[in-house]
Amino acid sequence: MKKYFLLLLLFSILFVSCSNKDNTIEEEYTPIPYSLEVPELFQQKLIAPLIPTNNPLTEEGIALGKKLFFDKKLSKDNTQSCASCHNPRNSFTDSLRFSLGVDGLPGSRNSMPLFNLAWNFNDKFAWDGKELSLERQALEPVRNPIEMHSSWSNVTLRLQQDQEYPKMFLNAFGTERIDSALVTKAIAQFERTLISGNAKFDQYLLGNTSLSQQELNGFTIFMSEDKGDCFHCHGSDNNPLWTDNDFHNNGLDTSFNDLGLGSVTGDPNDNGKFKSPSLRNLVYTAPYMHDGRFSTLEEVINHYSEGLQNSSTIDPLMKKVSQGGVQLTPLEKADLKAFLITLTDDDFINNPSFQN
Amino acid sequence: MKKIIIICLFFGLNSCSQDRDISLSPVAITLNFAHSWGEDEISSSDFDELKFTNENEQTLSINRLRYVISEITLIHESGEPTVLNDYNLVDLTNEAGLSFTTSESILPGDYVSASFRFGFSNNLNIDGAYPDLNSALFNVPGLLGGGYHFMQLDGMYIDNNNQEAAYNYHVINAFDASNPNETVETSFSVNIGGLTIGSNTNINMKMDISEWFKNPNMWDLDEFDTNLMGNYDAQLLMNQNGSSVFDLVSITQ
Ligand code: HEC
Ligand code: HEC
Repeated sequence: MKKYFLLLLLFSILFVSCSNKDNTIEEEYTPIPYSLEVPELFQQKLIAPLIPTNNPLTEEGIALGKKLFFDKKLSKDNTQSCASCHNPRNSFTDSLRFSLGVDGLPGSRNSMPLFNLAWNFNDKFAWDGKELSLERQALEPVRNPIEMHSSWSNVTLRLQQDQEYPKMFLNAFGTERIDSALVTKAIAQFERTLISGNAKFDQYLLGNTSLSQQELNGFTIFMSEDKGDCFHCHGSDNNPLWTDNDFHNNGLDTSFNDLGLGSVTGDPNDNGKFKSPSLRNLVYTAPYMHDGRFSTLEEVINHYSEGLQNSSTIDPLMKKVSQGGVQLTPLEKADLKAFLITLTDDDFINNPSFQN
Repeated sequence: MKKIIIICLFFGLNSCSQDRDISLSPVAITLNFAHSWGEDEISSSDFDELKFTNENEQTLSINRLRYVISEITLIHESGEPTVLNDYNLVDLTNEAGLSFTTSESILPGDYVSASFRFGFSNNLNIDGAYPDLNSALFNVPGLLGGGYHFMQLDGMYIDNNNQEAAYNYHVINAFDASNPNETVETSFSVNIGGLTIGSNTNINMKMDISEWFKNPNMWDLDEFDTNLMGNYDAQLLMNQNGSSVFDLVSITQ
């Protein structure tokens, strides 16, 4: 019995001294927790944003994620960063129809603006929902041959050899050993801070500004079931996201080159369905649709008004397809456009925390 | 000695839990929603196909079905009603909310009647008040009185030109644009009947979707397919047809 006791004592002493050592190396610094600055309307109207429990936001994690997001080391030949196709000046998309990767090759889809991603409640990203979580999404561009065309082993090696990164990872995650899981966690943290909630229309709803008659008329068209009927998919004064984050076929084509959601689910009833984009910041995000086919808002509105194409999976909310759509007058179209522009958030575009 | 302690403990615990049963601590109840077209049970896997025929012999599909229920009410033998503050969005498209356990609790015992409300009564149909329903874009535009959809049933049908056309059978609180101050109440109460609430009561309901097109008003989709939210008369007809859509299947304990 005594022997055991001695042994135990010995062990515990060993253990304590061990863990002490560990402490000095790994846990000398605790990152500072960060909470999102949630806009007033979001707080009033929406459920809480999604922050995964295994990747809580910290100031150090966000700062690291921002540096990584703008860092060209993530690409094969140091020519491209995430921001090359997700430029803060363009509401984190680019102005090309199809972005070019490091080898000058175009992809087949339009880059997507990045904001309010923590409110994408079903956590499915990309036009077809193929990326399940922001952390997993961020793995993809680095190794995509028509995007950054690198490999995670190259990228982590480069970051490991950098002067600053190992220390930043230590402060954010308690280890200097850099791997793809930590890189993508940091990037996802930064992405979750990209919040756009301060457009003219938000200020109008908060009672701080008024809208012109034309803008108000446009909002009415947006909200009228027998006019635009846009609200069933794109939000309203009660949903400041301006998207349902869901997948629909909004009548672009009679047959599909790109199957969209159908290529992910394998269900032919999902063919031609794509994620409804948010209507915030449209002034900065042209061209429009998953393939960037429309370069102006006029073209988009004409599409819904008289350009609808029928197909087997078209959404039943696309009415009067046989007449091409909801048939807005030129005046109604101009009003609708004026309203859409009130969803522009210049503070988001110019926010210094989001620039390189 | 040890044995005695264990035995004591065992009895102690046991009597405790019996005590609890006797002192009747409040319990949650679970409502389960199944769906059928006539006799045939359906799920989201039956969606998107033109496989249903309504009473008016029109062929149709269902692409989306969501509805909200609220105000679960139980009337005790003593005559005292208890209204639970819960509401639930049933979303058959995403198979969400099909089984719903109340967050509020009720004392076990015998109740002479129970019911829930399809949609929201006027005093609870508060514009923008429910963040989860806002996040699900279930709102009704302020132009039509605000508040929430009671049901969104969307699909396609074969119209009288033999072409596929869309229908949006959206049930809201009827709103008469020519008389906007007139308040009507088109949410309605669904009777469950008398029941005994035990520690794990499941109320199993079924919605027969075909009834929306049938009883008492035969629904002609050629006449009423889209833009029904602002159609006051259509909303009154929907309200009448709604009264026969729900059935109690069983209550399990
Ligand atoms: C070569 C251009 C390009 C680069 C570089 C690039 N992206 Fe993208 N990004 C796109 C395109 C195109 C899409 C749409 C992809 C699709 O739908 O298949 C997209 C989609 C996304 C989305 C989904 C947004 C949503 O709302 O669903 C996120 C998040 C994203 N990118 C983050 C990143 C990050 C992080 C990086 C850097 C690691 C990055 N991107 C690098 C072009 C690019
Ligand atoms: C059935 C749901 C639905 C309705 C109703 C709807 N949209 Fe869309 N909208 C979508 C989807 C889905 C997309 C993306 C389609 C794609 O790229 O394939 C989209 C794309 C857009 C875009 C392009 C945004 C971008 O960043 O590329 C604009 C602008 C737009 N819609 C405006 C409107 C307006 C205005 C209305 C009303 C007239 C409307 N939408 C009605 C689902 C809908």
